[in-house]
Formats: sequence, structure tokens, C-alpha cells
Amino acid sequence: MSRYRFLDGAGLLFLAVVLSMAVLIPASNLLLPPDSALHVPDYLVPLLGKYLAFAMLALALDLVWGYCGILSLGHGAFFALGGYAMGMYLMRQIGSRGVYGNPILPDFMVFLNWQELPWFWLGFDHFWFATMMAVAVPGLLAFCFGWLAFRSRVTGVYLSIITQAMTFALMLAFFRNDMGFGGNNGLTDFKEILSFSVQAQSTRAALFAATALALAGSYLLCRWVVTSKLGKVVVAIRDAESRTRFLGYRVENYKLTVFTLSAMLAGVAGALYVPQVGIINPSEFTPANSIEAVIWVAVGGRGTLVGAALGAFAVNAGKTWFTGVLPSLWLFALGGLFVATTLLIPKGIVGAASDLLGIRRKSDLPAGPSALASGAPAEPTPAE
Amino acid sequence: MTIGGPVTNALLYLNNVSVAFDGFRALNGLSLSIDHAEMRAIIGPNGAGKTTMMDVITGKTRPDAGEALFEATHDLTRLDEAAIAQLGVGRKFQTPTVFDMHTVEDNILLALKTDRRPFPVLFSRRTRQEKERIDALLERVRLTGSRDRLASELSHGQKQWLEIGMLLAQEPKLLLVDEPAAGMTDQETADTADLLREIAKTRSVVVVEHDMVFVRDLGVKVTCLHEGSVLAEGSLDAVSSNERVIEVYLGR
Repeated sequence: MSRYRFLDGAGLLFLAVVLSMAVLIPASNLLLPPDSALHVPDYLVPLLGKYLAFAMLALALDLVWGYCGILSLGHGAFFALGGYAMGMYLMRQIGSRGVYGNPILPDFMVFLNWQELPWFWLGFDHFWFATMMAVAVPGLLAFCFGWLAFRSRVTGVYLSIITQAMTFALMLAFFRNDMGFGGNNGLTDFKEILSFSVQAQSTRAALFAATALALAGSYLLCRWVVTSKLGKVVVAIRDAESRTRFLGYRVENYKLTVFTLSAMLAGVAGALYVPQVGIINPSEFTPANSIEAVIWVAVGGRGTLVGAALGAFAVNAGKTWFTGVLPSLWLFALGGLFVATTLLIPKGIVGAASDLLGIRRKSDLPAGPSALASGAPAEPTPAE
Repeated sequence: MTIGGPVTNALLYLNNVSVAFDGFRALNGLSLSIDHAEMRAIIGPNGAGKTTMMDVITGKTRPDAGEALFEATHDLTRLDEAAIAQLGVGRKFQTPTVFDMHTVEDNILLALKTDRRPFPVLFSRRTRQEKERIDALLERVRLTGSRDRLASELSHGQKQWLEIGMLLAQEPKLLLVDEPAAGMTDQETADTADLLREIAKTRSVVVVEHDMVFVRDLGVKVTCLHEGSVLAEGSLDAVSSNERVIEVYLGR
């Protein structure tokens, strides 16, 4: 695999930044006195941790969209399912400290007059089980969804629409009280994770560090996949699907593999997100969330991984600032950003920057065609 | 398939194949048989069914009726594109279709006959034999000097040759080649004819072509299709002097 280096300059820089954040931000927050100029204030730690979880979601999305040409408008669903799995664990950890003091049942179940724990809540009092489910449930959903969609050769904008429908359907389902996931209010009022108080600053710092490490790990995993021969096949599918098929590759199996892996990563990101923000509710399934994730990747530069993560971080930092200053205009700004990116820097920040610096080793960045919905690349058309 | 042994010794055997799209009969009782290591040129006006025939052979289109057998035992009407490609049928598209964002070398690498399942592919590393295969194929399609360039940077003719190189990397028993001379210079056309003739020493090749000079250059048996079935078959001279062929090509 001579042409693809496992880690290029941008990748090493990215890992260096993420790993130093993992060490320096918790250290600064916990060890430095609050009046020090280098002290990271308490409120900032979970906020940055949230951005890092979003960056992981962006990596997952870039893997399917940037490299395989599958524009998923429903990746927020996998993120939210991972979040719910973690939320269920955190609910079980509340124990008898809830408002109703029921040692087994979460408050919302007591409120609904439920007598016993539904079967699908069993096991979630164990951290390892919840973690496993945060990966397995999104993975299984993606597998079933992808198996049906890719086998039927649903591609392009049609696939995007059904991914959107999937997350919308899940949102409606999770809004219902009798689904058993807390309905409209979702899961919140968490107390402890692994016996550490979720409100404690040290726990928040540890969660931040864990998220940064998970982001670095996901980056390495994605990079390994896209630089493997499978990664080349996947890019081949993105650029000339029927050529790949006539070479003897079962395109649907490749799409399914990448889509499922991506959903699992999104699930992990969601599981790391929930303890830091302290709540998970059905609004995480809103189609708009998934679309926002697509914008992060587009802004950062799809098909670059580093760009996706950077885009997630930058757009969310912008969102935090903007919604503080001009809250009513944020959605216009986001839409404007998307339009501007599409028109002015179709390769995103990272793509444009590396073009500008001229450091782009041609084969290192398999940058795709600039059209955003390139799920249906130019196919050879039969003459008759 | 009939019970009691193969019905044919041909490598490819199409019998009475019909395909209709929304009432339009693209193929109408087409029968064709290609022998081992035979090269055949297929000619015919637009709409004669040439591309649909290739679609049927490669599994892209399911025929409404008729038989399509490969090596007398494999029923092509029941297999998908990937399975047929793995059996040993390679297809070159009319417009050169290569992986633009991959290097020339990687284009060949992806086409090499290896395990096609996702997980073995994920863990595979290029072996020395594969490297040697790639070197030999690049030499053969005269792209050794361009091996590190992106396929998108190649000229039209080079892309055509790269695609032929990818076909050869699959080690197919049958190559289906759709208009290989389209958009090529005279020299490139002559070179392509040489290359195809050489390939046909060991493999069967079916060439669909409009360019009569090129077909003459190939010097092989010609099948003329019209309205989805065979109109005439034989040497180019015999076919081109056939009255019905002249009528079809020149209009009545």
C-alpha cells in the first residue's frame, strides 16, 4: 500500500492536538488556581467535551459520506441510540435517590404506575452491558437498515431521504411514554457514573479525557480503514459503482460494512456525550441534528477525516458563541455557512487549505466530486 | 440446463434470448455462441441490442426468456454481476470507466483476481506476486511510466488502455469490450487492435464496434445485430456484402 500512508502530517498534528487536550485541559482545570490565566473554567470542560463527542460523530459520518458516497441524513439516530444506552445505565445508577425513592424503577416509570422494569431495561445496571449496547444497538440497526437498502440498490438522494425518515420515525417512537424511555422528557437527573458523581469536577475532567482518547482512537480506526485495500474499494465504489461491481466486488456488502462500522462509532460518541450534558431526550433524533452533522463535515472538508472533526469543533464553537450573541439568527448563519461552503470551498476548510499550501499529495486525499449529493456518481450510460 | 450433459461446448452460449423494456423489444430471440479463445466482432446500428446483450451476459439485465450459459454449466440468468465477474467475464464500458481518484497502479491492484469479500480485503496486504503481476500488466498496457499518476490525469486513450489492463488483471476467460476504438487516434486504434488480437490468443474476446476500419483490422468473424437478433454472421466481407445488412445500414 505504497501510496497511502497510515498517518500523514495532518493526521499526526491532529492526534498531537487531541492527545494534548486530553492531558492539558483536565490538568489545567483541576490543578491550576481559578485566578490563573491558564485555568480552564469549570463550565468549559463539559462544553469542550461535547464538541469532541460531536467530532467523533463527524468522523463516523465522513467515513460513509466522504469515502463511500453514502450521504446519511440520519446519523444522529445512531448517536442518540448510543446516548440512550448510556442514559439507561445512568438512570439505573440513581437507585433510590430518585424523587419517588423507588430502588429499581426510574422516576418516570413510577409516575406512569409501572410495576416492574421492562425486559429491555434489564442489564443496564451494569456499565459494561450499557457500553456494549451503545455499540451493538446502533450497529444492529445500521446493519438491518443497510442490508435492506443496499441490497435493493437504493442510492443517492433516495437513500438520504430514507435515512432521514428513519431518524424521524425513531424520534416519534421515543416521544411516546409507553416506549419506556421516558417519553418527551427523556432520561435525566443522573447522579453517578461508575460510583463517581457526575456533577463532580473531577468526573467531568475524566469524561473529557475519555472523550478525547476515544476521538483519537476513532481517528486511528477510521484512518486504518480508509488506508486499507477495503478503503480503496470503498472510494472506488463512490467514484464508479458499476465499474467496481463488474470487477467482481459485491458493492452492497462493502457499503454495509462501512455503514455499520460508522453507526457503531456514532453510538460510542453518543454514549460519551450524554454523561457530559446530563440529559438525553427524543429531540436528539430530530432530522435537523443529522443535517447539522452533515454541515460540519462539509465545512471541515469531507473525505479528509481531520476536516470532519475540525468542522464539528469549529461549527459548534461558532454555534455556542452565536446563540449567546444573536440567538434568533443562528439558523440563518448555519444555512449561510452551508451555502457559502458549497459555493466557495467545496472541498471544505481542510481541502482548501491543503490545496492552498500545495502540500496535498495527490493520492493521500481522495477528494470527491464537489457536488454534495454525490451518492449517484457519474455512471456509464448504455448507448441503447 | 438440460439433464444429461452440457448442451454446448462453447464458452458462451446464448439461446433465443429476449428482453423487453416497457414493450420495446431490445433483444428478440438472440442466439450467439462464442468459442474458447475466439475473438468476435459485433456490429449493428444504434438500437440493435448490442449493449443490452452485454448487460444480459454480465448479469445487469435479466432476460425475459432464453438461455445464457457460461462454460456450459453456469446459468448467467441466475447470477449477479459480481458472481459473473468472478466466474471470469470482464467488461469494458463504452466510455472509459476507471477509478479517477486512484493511481494507475491502484486501479490495477483493485482489479487483480483476489478474494473479493470485505473482511479479507480489509486485512489484505499487497504480496510480491501481486506487485509482479501489476508490473507486468502496466508494461503490457504501456502505463509503467504513469503508475503513480491519478487515473483522472490520463488521456482518453490511456484510460481505455488502463481499463483493458484492469480487465486483464481479473484474468477473465471472456472479455466484453464496448467500442474500444472510440475517440482514439489512428495510431492508438491500430495499437488497440494489436493488443486485442494478442489477448485473444488465450482468451475469448467479444468486441462491439462501429468503426469498420477497426473491425477490418481485427480480421475476425463478424456478427451483425439488428432489432435484437442476429441479421448476418461470417467474415466482414461476407457480412458487408449481405443485402439485408446494406439495407439496414444505409436505409431503405
